[in-house]
Amino acid sequence: MPDWSIDIIITLIKIVVVELVLLTGVAYTVYAERRVSAFIQHRYGPNRVGYQGLLQPLADVFKLIMKEDIVPERANKFVHSLAPAISLFVALSTFAVIPFGDKILIAGKEIKLQIADVNIGVLYILALLSLGVYGITLSGWSSNSKYSLLGGLRSSAQMISYELSMGLAVLGLILINSSFRLDTIVMNQYGWKWNIILQPIGFITFLVASFAETNRTPFDLPEAEQELVGGYHTEYSSTKFALFFMAEYAAVIVSSAIITTLYLGGWQFPYLQTFGLPDMAVSIIQVLTFCGKTAFMVFFFIWVRWTIPRFRYDQLMNIGWKVMLPAALTNLILTAIVITIIKLNS
Amino acid sequence: MNIETIIFLVFGITAVVSAVLMVTRKNPIISAIFLILNFFTVAVIYLLLKAQFIAIIQVLVYMGAIMVLFLFVIMLLNLKENKKPSEYSFKKITAILISILLALLLGTSVYFGFQGKQMNEVAEKIGTAESLGRTLFTTYSFHVLAAGMLLLAAIVGAVMLAKKKFE
Repeated sequence: MPDWSIDIIITLIKIVVVELVLLTGVAYTVYAERRVSAFIQHRYGPNRVGYQGLLQPLADVFKLIMKEDIVPERANKFVHSLAPAISLFVALSTFAVIPFGDKILIAGKEIKLQIADVNIGVLYILALLSLGVYGITLSGWSSNSKYSLLGGLRSSAQMISYELSMGLAVLGLILINSSFRLDTIVMNQYGWKWNIILQPIGFITFLVASFAETNRTPFDLPEAEQELVGGYHTEYSSTKFALFFMAEYAAVIVSSAIITTLYLGGWQFPYLQTFGLPDMAVSIIQVLTFCGKTAFMVFFFIWVRWTIPRFRYDQLMNIGWKVMLPAALTNLILTAIVITIIKLNS
Repeated sequence: MNIETIIFLVFGITAVVSAVLMVTRKNPIISAIFLILNFFTVAVIYLLLKAQFIAIIQVLVYMGAIMVLFLFVIMLLNLKENKKPSEYSFKKITAILISILLALLLGTSVYFGFQGKQMNEVAEKIGTAESLGRTLFTTYSFHVLAAGMLLLAAIVGAVMLAKKKFE
């Protein structure tokens, strides 16, 4: 077998494993959301299907697939089916550039625990996140319903506004690492040097923008139940609704993974190299560290959703343009000044 | 046939087909979707030319920002589908002739300009973020500043116009 075909097979295996883990993660994030929200509101939550309700996701999936698929009569059928596919595609393919571990050695071959190590990783993430708006906007338009259209328009305005501060927040990191490569950014966060400590303002800006980009409370105006019924997915049912639902939770997981990679040290376990463990154990601990940090961020997303009420629309825009954007710009300028001073001194 | 040729054929054909569909569709939203698809295929072709940075900027700026605004405007204007039967007017025939001439001109110049040429090492490095950044901020720093001032003026102008409307 030629060498490049082995590489392709390894990449395919990595893609399949990552997507399977991600989709299982989506199912159990839904379960976690229901259990955590129940805990916060002093209820039980789903605890009947399987031990402590652990088989509830399976039952949910079965229920959603068996439901009748209704398309509104005057909807644009092609776009109506295309929109949920775009949403899920964007959420799932963002994971391609996220490193979930260092290299491992299997049968004398070095394998990188990352699907694609491209030197524009950060830009790839921003580019794909900016495509996420199409799923929501198109679903809002194609449903031929007032509520859907309003939800779609709201979300486009919201996502465009917060993308800006998100991009500016990441620029601070790029100044520090002088690279778009996510692998380099994680490598530089050894020991205590996590970017959350080096870039606290950037971290907070990025975190808030992530909430807005994933349409989670307090920024879930595109689907505000009290005003818009269900927002952009009012007219969706059955599998197409399930796709939107999965896209939302996949986006939460991917956002958590991005925050982990950029600001929480990625797969780095502080001072792990000094313990003198065998190579394989180190790799496994690193992958588990990445999963643990991501799981904590997912929990944080759920926690915020059930604690903080929704903003009004004008408040949302004011925060986006009058607080977040100046904060991100200040962070960028401060970082640039500090880096210049350090370079002049050395 | 190596893998690059296959990818080029798939995305090249998709680019041409989506461009044609973009022009011929009656519904403006569907046209916009095909234009987005066209931008995507062009980005993949940039990737084949090893210009990763330009490819991702194509996705980020054209697909992620400009086309969203296009869609926004089309939705808000609420354009009706053009139901008139197509007629071969003078305008249409002129447009078709000019398009064919332009395609021939571009095609022949690209074909004879690059026929049988391979990418050299310098060309391979042009499309990366590092080399683009270095060129922009050293050789062309004045041009970058001038463009920045122009954009700033445009933003201030837009804010002034919007402010007048609300007062």
